[in-house]
Amino acid sequence: MAVREQLRTLKYASWLGWQIESNWTKPWLFVAYSIAKPISATLILVLMYLVIFSSSLTRPDIFAFMFIGNAFYMYVAQVLFGIVMVIHEDREHYQTLKQIYIAPISFYLYVMGRAVPKIVITTIAILITLAFGVLVLGLEINLAAVNWGLLALAMVVGLICICMIGLALAGISFLTAKHGMGINEGIAGMFYLFCGVVFPITVLPQWGQAIGMGIPITYWLEIVRRAVLSGSGVVNIGGLQTYSEMEIFLFLLVSSAIFFIISLAIFSYADRLARKKGKLDMTTSY
Amino acid sequence: MSDWLLNYRAMMGRAYPRILGPWREPSWVLFDIFLPLLGIAAFIFYYRSMGAPEVFTGFVVLGGAMTAFWINVLWSMAAQFYWEKETGNLQLYMLAPMSRMAVLAGMAVGGMFFTTVRAVSTFILGFFIFNVQIQVTEPLALIAVFLVTLIAIYGMGMMFASLYMVWGRGAMNFSTLMQEPIYLVSGFYFPVRQLGFWVAATGSIIPITLGLDAMRQLMFAGSNVFPFLTWQLELILMVGLAALFLLLARYSLRYMEHLAKREGRLTLRWQ
Repeated sequence: MAVREQLRTLKYASWLGWQIESNWTKPWLFVAYSIAKPISATLILVLMYLVIFSSSLTRPDIFAFMFIGNAFYMYVAQVLFGIVMVIHEDREHYQTLKQIYIAPISFYLYVMGRAVPKIVITTIAILITLAFGVLVLGLEINLAAVNWGLLALAMVVGLICICMIGLALAGISFLTAKHGMGINEGIAGMFYLFCGVVFPITVLPQWGQAIGMGIPITYWLEIVRRAVLSGSGVVNIGGLQTYSEMEIFLFLLVSSAIFFIISLAIFSYADRLARKKGKLDMTTSY
Repeated sequence: MSDWLLNYRAMMGRAYPRILGPWREPSWVLFDIFLPLLGIAAFIFYYRSMGAPEVFTGFVVLGGAMTAFWINVLWSMAAQFYWEKETGNLQLYMLAPMSRMAVLAGMAVGGMFFTTVRAVSTFILGFFIFNVQIQVTEPLALIAVFLVTLIAIYGMGMMFASLYMVWGRGAMNFSTLMQEPIYLVSGFYFPVRQLGFWVAATGSIIPITLGLDAMRQLMFAGSNVFPFLTWQLELILMVGLAALFLLLARYSLRYMEHLAKREGRLTLRWQ
């Protein structure tokens, strides 16, 4: 019974999230909006690459490293953004946070449910970006060589981890003013910098590499690259070439488990503090 | 009270909470100054990993600092009327006897103050941390380009604000859409000439495209900055765009207000 109720929370939170995301316009415009942003973000990096190298084929290994890393990083940027904005939207825009908060549902599951549409939309955007890379930019992905099993496992662990980090940030958002965008931009920027998304972490100074090695996103992206570009030599670029796929997957599991515990602790601490300080229904529009 | 004095007071009144507000809730210092630097640093390391010339580091720092103004124009100028509608303030603005342009100018002044702090911090920290070498041969021209760029983009923001008065949630999505695609077509992190003449020319409708290109020419005078047009021509074009957007803002505000009143959208929330 309890499980059914929890699933119902997840289902209706997802449905609500989907409605908020999509029902403000016509479906074609919604699709165009959803795709334009991530493809533009990718094209910025492609143009930066092309201003240095004349063609994507000049250094196909670097190009593929950057392209795949950036494409899958969309999950981090979009899902984190989605989860953090749940608090700000419900608290300040729709002003429904207090009602949802006191409703007899799991608030964790409500927040996670709201993230589901973001994951679905981002998945579609990533597939389109990859197709664009292959068809237009000459990115080489051999579908027969892709390690689908490893990719599927990495995706499950990676997405749970991203959602948990989002939950911690949602907790912090309870306590801050309308800085959802700054929080998202900043934390996403931190992962973008330290996790070897578009460049090998060996480019960073030693202390930066040490930070990167402590964040699960680093391992997640490395596994995703190795799975998608299996046999292409990308393994030699990222700075983790001394480790096997299984070792990196183990690092991902362990670091994700640690982040899981930390995220729950942050959310629950921030939640308590927000209640104590009466911040659950504050509005900070100026 | 004369119209000028009334509008001046309205402008200062609207700017006041924007200037004072952040100091009462100082967490923005972390979120708006230090954390955005990380994303900028990532782009710098990306260029460095490809062995790009050092001047590209300067491009990224400059582009990163200017994103602060663009984000402010989008979210705190253009989208603000939508937000005011959602919080119930818009109808009060409509009832008050001052010009809507004065309210928007107040938002711009307050927003510029707050955003300038962020942009200057990004500049200083970015240039200091990454040791960017700048060579300014014409400082007055650089100041002129910078100011005209701001006037032009805030004028554009005022024009967009009128649309946001009648839009519902599409406004928020439009603002989201106007980030990365604009960073792309305006060449925030690479010389816009790389996009080809016609795409760059089309992108120049957004004044920050020309502003960034001109500022690159004036800040990195000794390096090859792949200019799109000469900075003098870009400055003239931006003056024209600034005047055009301010004029269009005035007319479109009037038209959209009329439309919003006729269709009963001024108090319509959460649509």
